[in-house]
Amino acid sequence: MKLLTHNMLSSKCLKNVNVGYPLSIKVEEMITSVVDFNPEFIARIIPKLEWNALKQAVNEVGKDSCLPNNLIENFENDEDFLKKVHHVLLEIEIVNGCLVCPETGRSFPINNGIPNMLLNEDEV
Amino acid sequence: MNKTGNVKQYLLWFAHENIEFRLPEVKSLLSLLNIEMAFIQKPKPTEPFWIVRFNKEEDVKELAKRSVSLKFCLELWAFSESSSELHDQLKTHPKQFYESYFSSEKSFKIEVETFCKHFNQKQKLNKINQFEYLPWKGPVKLKDPDLCLQYIEYYGTDPNESPVLPYYMFFGRLITKGLRQLIQTLSLKTRKFIGNTSMDPQFSLLMANQAKVKNGDIILDPFVGSGSLLVAAAHFGAYVLGTDIDYLMLHGRTKPTRVRQKERQVDESIKNNMKQYNLSHKYLDILVNDFSISFWRSDFKWDAIITDPPYGIRESTDRVGTEKRNFLLNEKYLTTHIPSKVEYGISNIYRDLLLFSAEHLKLGGRLICWFPIFRKIIKKRVYLLILVSN
Repeated sequence: MKLLTHNMLSSKCLKNVNVGYPLSIKVEEMITSVVDFNPEFIARIIPKLEWNALKQAVNEVGKDSCLPNNLIENFENDEDFLKKVHHVLLEIEIVNGCLVCPETGRSFPINNGIPNMLLNEDEV
Repeated sequence: MNKTGNVKQYLLWFAHENIEFRLPEVKSLLSLLNIEMAFIQKPKPTEPFWIVRFNKEEDVKELAKRSVSLKFCLELWAFSESSSELHDQLKTHPKQFYESYFSSEKSFKIEVETFCKHFNQKQKLNKINQFEYLPWKGPVKLKDPDLCLQYIEYYGTDPNESPVLPYYMFFGRLITKGLRQLIQTLSLKTRKFIGNTSMDPQFSLLMANQAKVKNGDIILDPFVGSGSLLVAAAHFGAYVLGTDIDYLMLHGRTKPTRVRQKERQVDESIKNNMKQYNLSHKYLDILVNDFSISFWRSDFKWDAIITDPPYGIRESTDRVGTEKRNFLLNEKYLTTHIPSKVEYGISNIYRDLLLFSAEHLKLGGRLICWFPIFRKIIKKRVYLLILVSN
């Protein structure tokens, strides 16, 4: 699972959960790979991100140093900045671990890079 | 048919299959690429060609780079129902017109295409020789010439009923070809990982085009299965994400689909399919998720949603649930428990899909999905069946 995907996920659908965001990440196995850099895509995706959630995520996976603290203005033209965000969003991958609901503590396992968000019968 | 005037006319020649998708595909692409196109002659669904006008040749090329229905396009120099009129039209073009195409440095060739009738090489050569009056210059080159001209005879679409003389004849300059070859490149026969209901690449590509996918888009398939729709969308530049309730499918552990294959190979996965087509960088993630319970942040907007939901025939329509009242899961089974599923129902799926799309699509974003119907004609046939016993 990439951190971009994590930024889009919330556990609001669980019973008695108000916000459910962001999910916290527990890492057992993580890899970093090289993904082609597409500045156009990164510039388009940045406005859709929750920056604080992304910061929390890089902190949890121990990659704080990879992400600038604040979202800068005119990021479209700052290739260095876009490259850093690109690395964080697309090149860090959680292979095994879990996602945890911040309110209930319900945990969702990640196996082989694929998060399992299925609920049990008594939760739906 | 009209006579060719001064305005440049273009002949678009389509593959004569899945005709219902032809106009929707081209319309979507015109809107995506911001191209204007006007019909010079009203198109007929029975014919595989359109005669149209574009503002510039670049527009035709842009369209052809994306279209899966399109076979090729010509800059039309002449077209007619009669051979003599075709030649008259070509003869009336001014000298300057030909000078812009023919020169002693430019190599050229003439191709003869006959639709629904076969001719041998000698007969084709005779047809080429009819054009000897054109002010040819430059060497003939059969492979990669600078200028490729085409003479087309159209004998209808039914090979058993083709007339003696063609219905229409066309002559023009070949501009470019469409994306038919891509259908073979993405063929399911050579794809690493497929499922029982993997979508044919032609339809996947048509769907991506109708979804107006462009470079840097982010798209979702909420019933992703083996990910065949993601391949097409990623090919056109989208970053793709998929979800499915089927854990075994996403982990590539379902029963193999191919004949005589006993077990799934270890590396069968959507991710490796993307790798096979050099699209790894467009692959975001896949998640095991029950579509009736959305985990997406409510303000996240997709550029398009492209999907083929289960119809309850070849793939069952499931969601997590149980018929048992007051079901409680014992904690000691919690880690290994596989939730049971109940019928989702096709109408509930489409209701949820429409509601989800209304909430999560960007303004102007499209939901492209299949919807199974029984056509009236099939209904009529069903009336012919009689209940024998029950």
